[in-house]
Amino acid sequence: MSVGMLLIVVLTLPFIGSVIAAGLPRNARTTAAILSWGVALANVICLAALWPAFQDGEVIRQEIDWLPALGVSLVLRLDGLSWLFSALILGIGALVVLYARYYMSPKDPVPRFFSFLLAFMGAMQGLVLSGNLIQLVVFWELTSLFSFLLIGYWHQNASAREGARMALTVTATGGLAMLVGAVLLGRMAGSYDLDVVLAARDTILADPLHPLALGLLLLGALTKSAQFPFHFWLPRAMAAPTPVSAYLHSATMVKAGVFLLMRIWPIFADTQMWEIVVGGAGLLTLLFGAWCAIYQHDLKGLLAYSTISHLGLIVLLLGLGSELGAVAAIFHTVNHATFKASLFMAAGIIDHETGTRDMRKLSGLLRYMPFTGALAIIAAAAMAGVPLLNGFLSKEMFLAEALAGAERHALFAVLPVLATVASAFSVLYSLRFIHQTFFGPPPTELEKTPHEPPTWMRRPVEVLVALCLLVGVLPAITVGPFLRSAVVSVVGLDPPYYSLAIWHGFNLPLLLSVTALATGVGLYLAFGKTINANPGGALGLRRFNGGYLFERAMTQLNAGAMVVEKVAGTRRLQPQIRVIVLTALGSAFVAVVGAGLAVNPPPLAPRIGDFAFAGLWIIGGVCAFAAAWQAKYHRLAAVVLMGGAGLASCISFIWLSAPDLATTQLVVEVVTTVLLLLGLRWLPKRNEAIRAAPNEERRSKRRRRIDLVIAAAVGAGLAAISYAVMTRPPVEGLSRYFVEHAYKDAGGRNVVNVILVDFRAFDTFGEITVLGVVGLTVFAVLRRFRPASDSLPRPPQMRLQDASDNRREGRNAGDTLKETMLIPQVVMRWMFPFVILLAAHLFLRGHDLPGGGFAAGVVVAIAFVLQYMASGAQWVEDRLTIRPIAWIGIGLLIAAASGAGAWLFGAPFLTSAFQYADLPLLGRVPLASAVIFDLGVVVLVVGATVLVLVALAHQSLRKAHKADETGPEGAA
Amino acid sequence: MKEIVLALAIGVLSASGTWLLLRPRTFQVIMGLSLLSYAVNIFIFSMGRLKTAAPPVTGTGAEDVAAYADPTPQALVLTAIVISFALTALFLVVLLASRGVTGSDHVDGREPQE
Repeated sequence: MSVGMLLIVVLTLPFIGSVIAAGLPRNARTTAAILSWGVALANVICLAALWPAFQDGEVIRQEIDWLPALGVSLVLRLDGLSWLFSALILGIGALVVLYARYYMSPKDPVPRFFSFLLAFMGAMQGLVLSGNLIQLVVFWELTSLFSFLLIGYWHQNASAREGARMALTVTATGGLAMLVGAVLLGRMAGSYDLDVVLAARDTILADPLHPLALGLLLLGALTKSAQFPFHFWLPRAMAAPTPVSAYLHSATMVKAGVFLLMRIWPIFADTQMWEIVVGGAGLLTLLFGAWCAIYQHDLKGLLAYSTISHLGLIVLLLGLGSELGAVAAIFHTVNHATFKASLFMAAGIIDHETGTRDMRKLSGLLRYMPFTGALAIIAAAAMAGVPLLNGFLSKEMFLAEALAGAERHALFAVLPVLATVASAFSVLYSLRFIHQTFFGPPPTELEKTPHEPPTWMRRPVEVLVALCLLVGVLPAITVGPFLRSAVVSVVGLDPPYYSLAIWHGFNLPLLLSVTALATGVGLYLAFGKTINANPGGALGLRRFNGGYLFERAMTQLNAGAMVVEKVAGTRRLQPQIRVIVLTALGSAFVAVVGAGLAVNPPPLAPRIGDFAFAGLWIIGGVCAFAAAWQAKYHRLAAVVLMGGAGLASCISFIWLSAPDLATTQLVVEVVTTVLLLLGLRWLPKRNEAIRAAPNEERRSKRRRRIDLVIAAAVGAGLAAISYAVMTRPPVEGLSRYFVEHAYKDAGGRNVVNVILVDFRAFDTFGEITVLGVVGLTVFAVLRRFRPASDSLPRPPQMRLQDASDNRREGRNAGDTLKETMLIPQVVMRWMFPFVILLAAHLFLRGHDLPGGGFAAGVVVAIAFVLQYMASGAQWVEDRLTIRPIAWIGIGLLIAAASGAGAWLFGAPFLTSAFQYADLPLLGRVPLASAVIFDLGVVVLVVGATVLVLVALAHQSLRKAHKADETGPEGAA
Repeated sequence: MKEIVLALAIGVLSASGTWLLLRPRTFQVIMGLSLLSYAVNIFIFSMGRLKTAAPPVTGTGAEDVAAYADPTPQALVLTAIVISFALTALFLVVLLASRGVTGSDHVDGREPQE
């Protein structure tokens, strides 16, 4: 497999695994775990295979075109830094998967958990492998999204939901700012490609906007890495299952911010803004986090704040702007990931086995779980910076850098002191974590007797702790090469000298380190009891609560939104439509005024036929006005009048050389009228005599006057625009091609039909799909339909007939009606084959002469509706089984198959072919494959139209059934 | 002169349609939509200019585009006619369902309050 392919595999495998895991049954805990483990392991192997592929400072790239028009392509980019981060993400990911298998309760939907976890892993991979700024932001936001799902996994807990929401709000807002920053940066550099951006350092720094871009990018990085003052989401995110905390807050989510800082370090590290903002945020966070961690009673809370503090340390190291600082930051990132993941896992084990994470209730656990205890002690010692462990090494580097920084810059003069204080705090809380949990008398407040966890739950912790020890003892051999390749890709091919040794002789950093250790132990001995007794919150910081401020801000935002909604919003439809119409009117007005509306005289002098045309539209216009006038109180009249207007437009189409339109309009007019007539019976009776109160009357009059003005403006505007266009010389557009090629290339003489079934067949395909969807929707709505009771009693004529039937011997009610309908029935039954014949005729001639699939389909539907009208739903349904839904499906399949047939000949979808054939009787006829497509159109149109009409007509039957079954109450 | 007549027809149809669209009763709105779709269909059709006795049905030889009415807007309008039928049908059914559920035929699903 090529290197590029390997990269693609590394990126896509987690997402594929996530989709598969999402499809597993709810209780498939082990299967999902094995799947996830396999994915993580396979990726680790791929990554290991990639290691030899790049030497010092080299970069592997794999490009895939994404948005070439915008100069954005999907670039997978692997260098030393991203390799190291990938290794952390995948390695710790694999261990977390293993751990989670035993941690998660079988009662939870565990496959979903693994699905989220894998997706998150994929998003992190995408983030660190991004070779393009936009792509980086996209994956960045994906990690926010999946971390939201992971933190909120136990969505039945309010705290989990709130924590998830807070994390998403904070990190996604930061991500948004970062997107703007990335776009700015890309524009300054002239490309979004990371390599180009990194090479364009001088151009970027010369741009006056670069502080803005940097500020926005930092907003993203600092929110993600939970830096002060955006740190508050991280402790709340502890409501997540512990494997999630172990993963997100050691190796991945919070390290994404650090990763971004390292990525842009080469560009910005020398600027003053960088030193102040990044260094300042890091220093504040380091101290603040450590101080708060001391006062936590919850194991995970303590680890959360210590995470914040350690992230502060890393950010501070990057903020110093020195190359050695960057080295120490990268090294500490790795070390922190290992010991923090193992500590979170240990905390999870304690929680799992004792049922609590409250340190005040825990005590003396070492005697119950000696192995876990020993592992936790080593990991905590690494966190405290005890020699022979990895934490010690990076902490020494940090202290050395703090001293160097103090020498370099007056601003950093107090840095060594503060660094030592923070280290002492770190010792203090690590010691408290261990002593309070594992030492002392046996616990008294526990509900169950603790014991060691299942072996495989402990294994991941063992691996991580072994790594802490190995790196601590043999740093140069174990982590040296990886660190070096990462350092090279940040600070360049000529890295500063640094030594990965345990012993550097007696020097100032060592002295500070020892001081910190001693001070920490001393502080614990002196104040341990006081801290345990402290009810809540860090001393001096109780009033400061970022989470509270956040909640307040959210509440205010919500209240503001409600005010806006109250002022500007409405739930009523009419004002909304009015706004839409006015907007359309306004924008058309602006466009017309902007372009200037030149009105030319009509091209031809009036002829005699024109007066007939004018007469036609006098009738049509009166019909339209009258329909608008009568639609409220006289619906039947309105339907008839609207039909009149429709006929006028139908005749205009014939007149103006559009026979296809006229045919289609005519048949559609018929079905629309039938449809509206079917619906009329369920609309409420409206009495013209009833008027509203005078006050209301005045208001509604005003409203109507406004609407009248709007309507008149719309009419006048459309008339003016259409007149202006019609009197301009014609524009040829596409039509020349269509006319010239219709017969030559598509074998049809009816250009309109050829456009529909051949040139633009894909559009038509979409259109018939819409039609099918509408048919099905109508069917679905009517299935659950509870019609309103009939608005009108039976008409007097029908009542008289029934009364007379009842009076006479041997006759039943309804007999007269049946006899009256007998002749229409016979006529319409006999019309059925002829109407079908007409449809077939329309369809067959469609390619060459006016006609075609749409018209033919509607005509077939009319044939069915005629039977319903003449003989009633009952009679038709007893004799005829129509399966309109099947027709819809088959029609769509025929159309799709005729299109897909082109693939067999290596042509694109819906390419048509035609040939002339000599048929007996008919002579020489063109046979185009587009005719098959048109057949699909017919079948689908029949299905959809019949479905709509029959579904509505059928309601009358259903009503009767209902009344029979439930009696008079059923109608209510 | 046909241009003037057709332009006025479009104006009348669209004005009636818009007026009905802004009314409070569902049936009025459905009629309004139908009238408006007539207007819009003729409007789109008219963008191809008006020609009498020149339907776009060609012969079998070389063709001159100027001899025929413009087929492109016609093709657009043909599907629009069918789709506006579908729209009317869907809206009618929703209207009836809404009337069945709420007992009101007001567009907001309830009678306006004082």
